[in-house]
Amino acid sequence: MTIGLGHYLSVAAILFTFGVFGIFLNRKNVIIILMSIELILLAVNINLVAFSTHLGDIVGQVYALIVLTVAAAEAAIGLAILVVFYRNKGSIAVEDINIMKG
Amino acid sequence: MYQAIVFLPLLGAVLAALIALAGARARCPGEGPPAAAEDTATDTGPHHYAPERESGSVIHHAHHEPEIHEPAAAGSRTTELITTTLLLISMILSWIAFVQVGFGHHEARVPVFTWIASGTLNVPWSLRIDTLTAVMLVVVTTVSAFVHLYSIGYMEEDPYRPRFFGYLSMFTFAMLMLVTADNLVQLFFGWEGVGLASYLLIGFWYHKPEANAAAIKAFIVNRVGDFGFALGIFALFYLTGAVDFDTVFAQAPALTSKTLPLFGWRVDAMTLICLMLFMGAMGKSAQFLLHTWLPDAMEGPTPVSALIHAATMVTAGVFMVARLSPLFELAPHAQDFVIFIGATTAVFAATIGLVQNDIKRIIAYSTCSQLGYMFVAMGVGAYSVGMFHLFTHAFFKALLFLGAGSVITAMHHEQDIRAMGGLRDRIPFTYVTMIIGTLALTGFPLTAGYFSKDAIIEAAFVAHSPVALYGYVCTVGAALLTSFYSWRLIFKTFHGEPHDRRHWRDAQESPMVMLIPLGFLAFGSIFAGLPFKEIFAGHGVEGFFASSLTFAKSNTVLDDMHKVPLQIAILPTAMMALGFLVAWHFYIRRPDIPVELARQHEILYKFLLNKWYFDELYEAIFVKPTKRLGLLLWKGGDGWLIDGFGPDGVSARVLDVTRNVIRLQSGYLYHYAFAMLIGAALFITWFMFAFR
Repeated sequence: MTIGLGHYLSVAAILFTFGVFGIFLNRKNVIIILMSIELILLAVNINLVAFSTHLGDIVGQVYALIVLTVAAAEAAIGLAILVVFYRNKGSIAVEDINIMKG
Repeated sequence: MYQAIVFLPLLGAVLAALIALAGARARCPGEGPPAAAEDTATDTGPHHYAPERESGSVIHHAHHEPEIHEPAAAGSRTTELITTTLLLISMILSWIAFVQVGFGHHEARVPVFTWIASGTLNVPWSLRIDTLTAVMLVVVTTVSAFVHLYSIGYMEEDPYRPRFFGYLSMFTFAMLMLVTADNLVQLFFGWEGVGLASYLLIGFWYHKPEANAAAIKAFIVNRVGDFGFALGIFALFYLTGAVDFDTVFAQAPALTSKTLPLFGWRVDAMTLICLMLFMGAMGKSAQFLLHTWLPDAMEGPTPVSALIHAATMVTAGVFMVARLSPLFELAPHAQDFVIFIGATTAVFAATIGLVQNDIKRIIAYSTCSQLGYMFVAMGVGAYSVGMFHLFTHAFFKALLFLGAGSVITAMHHEQDIRAMGGLRDRIPFTYVTMIIGTLALTGFPLTAGYFSKDAIIEAAFVAHSPVALYGYVCTVGAALLTSFYSWRLIFKTFHGEPHDRRHWRDAQESPMVMLIPLGFLAFGSIFAGLPFKEIFAGHGVEGFFASSLTFAKSNTVLDDMHKVPLQIAILPTAMMALGFLVAWHFYIRRPDIPVELARQHEILYKFLLNKWYFDELYEAIFVKPTKRLGLLLWKGGDGWLIDGFGPDGVSARVLDVTRNVIRLQSGYLYHYAFAMLIGAALFITWFMFAFR
C-alpha cells in the first residue's frame, strides 16, 4: 500500500479536529489550549508539505517553515502572557478566566 | 398728566422690585441671581420652613410670628416712601383730572405707542380719559394711596416689605391700565394684570399653605370668567373687525340683527357677546357661581383685601359693563341675566355673611353682596347709579377692611369675632371709624351708602320687567340682611364682654400712620354721597358722564327714579333700622337668642355656615372629576399608553434583548474560540459554494 496524498490529508484532518476539540472541550488548563493551537498549526503544516510534494512546488515547504517560526514565537509569547497572568490572578485554570463576561 | 397718573405707580413698582431684588441677593448671596421679582415669591429658600413646625392650630396667629426674628429687608423704608409718595402724587393728579374731565369736559385720548399691528388687527396703546375713567381713576388712586400709607403701619413687622409695596404698586398700575383702556385688548391686559397682582398678593405669605391654596383658587376661578371674556372679545373682533371702543360702539347697532352659530344654533349676536363678556365680569367681581374665590382671598394681608378685594379690582367687572354700556343697551336679554345674577348674589352673599365668624370673611361676603347691587343697577340700565355705588362703596368698604385690619393688629392677629368683644374701650378711634363705615354700608341717611344704595333699589323698582322686580325684592331683602350682619360684626367685636381677656388687655390703638387713612376714608364714607348725588343719580348725569355712558332711547330709568312713591323710597331705610334693631336685640339685649336659634334650625345654620355648600359642590362637580380625569390621563394615558408603548416599552424590549445577548458573553475563552471556528467554517463553506 502506497501512502498517497489522501493519507496525509486524513492525518492532517484528524490532527486538526483533535486541536479544535482540545480547545473547547478542555476545562482544565490554558496551556492545553496553547498546545491545541500548536496541533492545528501542525495539521496545516502537514497539508502544506503534502501538497508541496504532490504538486512539486517548493513554496509550500517554505510556508511550512514560516508557520513553524510563527508557531514558535506564538508559543513563547503565549507562555509569557500566561506567566504574567498567573502572577496577577494566581490561577491559569480555564474556569477562572472569564473577566470578559458581560 | 394722564401719563403721570398711570405710569407713576409703574415706576414705583419697578423701583420697589429693584430694591427687593437687591435685598434678596444680599439675603441669599450663594443661590445664584434671581431672574425676576416673582422669583422671590416662589422661591421658598432654605430658611422659610418655620410654618411647617407650627401648623394647624395657630392659623390665625401665624401671620408674622414665624419670621419675627428675621431682619427686615434692606431698603424697606425707602421703598415705602417711594411707592407711597408716587401714589399720593398720582392721587392728587387724579382728582385734578376728575374735575377737569367731569366738570370741564376735557375728554382726551392719549396715544402712547402702537402695541400690535397685524393685518387688520390694530391695537394701539392709548389712554382713554373720559368721565367714566376719571371716576375710576379717583377711586383707584385714592384707595390705593391710603392703603399704601396704611400698609406702612400694618406691615411693620414683615421682613419682605419691598416686595409687598412693589406688588401693591404693580396692582395699581394694572388697574389704572384697565380703567384707561381704549380698546378691548388693552382692557384685557389690565384685567389680567390685576389678576396676577391679586394672585401674588393673596399668596404674599407664601409659607402658609392656605394662602397658596387661596391664591391658586382665585387665579383659576378667574380663568373661568376670563375664558368667556376672551371669547366675547374674539366674537366682537370677528363681527366688527376692530377692538377699539369707538369703532365697536359705532358698529354695534348694526349687529343687533346678526346671529352667531353656536353648537348648531343661530344665536343673537349681541346677546351672546354680552353674556360672554359678562362672564368675565362675573369672575372678576365674584358674582354668584364664580364667587367662591373672594372669601378665600382674605388669606392675604388685610390692606390687600381692602384695596383689591373690596374697593378696586372686584369692581372691574362693574366698570367693564359700564364701559360697554353701548353694547349692553342693545342686548336686553343679557341685561336681564345681569340683573338676575346681581340680585341673586346680593341676597345669597348676605345670607352667608349672617353666620360667618371671621371678621374679614364677613366683610368679604358683604363686598360680594354689594357688587351684586351694582350689577342690578347695571342690568336695569342705570349705569351711572351703579358707578355711584362703586364710588361710595370703595370708600366705606376700604374703611371697613382697614378698620378690621386695625382690630386684627390690636388683637394680635386674632380674626375670630367670637374671641373679641368689648374692644370699643381699648381702640376707640377704630371703633368710631368702623361705626361710620357700617352706617355708610347699611345706608344710614345722609351717609355715602344711603344715596347710592337707595338709588339702586329705586332704579330696580322703576324698571318694569319681571326680572327687575326680582332684583328689587332681592336688593330690599339684602338691605335688611346687610344691616343685620354689619351690626352683628360691630356688636360682637366692640360691645359686650371681652371673650379673650388677655388679648383684650393687650389691645392697643394702631399707630398714627394707620389711623390717618382710616380718618380720611371715614370722611369719604360720610361725604362721598351728597355732593355727588346729582351728577351720578340725578339730573346731572347727562352733563357729567356725557358720551362715556350710553343710554338707549327707551331707557327712562334715571328719570322715573325721581317719581317713586314715598313708601318705596323709605323702605330701604326701614329695612336698615329693622336690621339694626334685630341685631341689637340678638347680640346686646339677649345674647342667648342667636345660640338658641342656631340650635333650633341647625340644618339652616350649617347650610349658611358652610356657604351653601358651594365649595363642596364644586369639589364634587368640578374638582374631583377633573382630578380623576387627570389621574386617568396621567396613569392610564401617559403612564400606561404613551410611556408603556413609547420610551419605557422600547427600552424594556431593548433590555430584554440585551439580557439574552449578555448570556452569550460567558467570558470563557473556548466559547469565543468555538464561535470563531464556526464562523470561519461558515465563511469557508460559503466561499466554496458561492465562487465555484
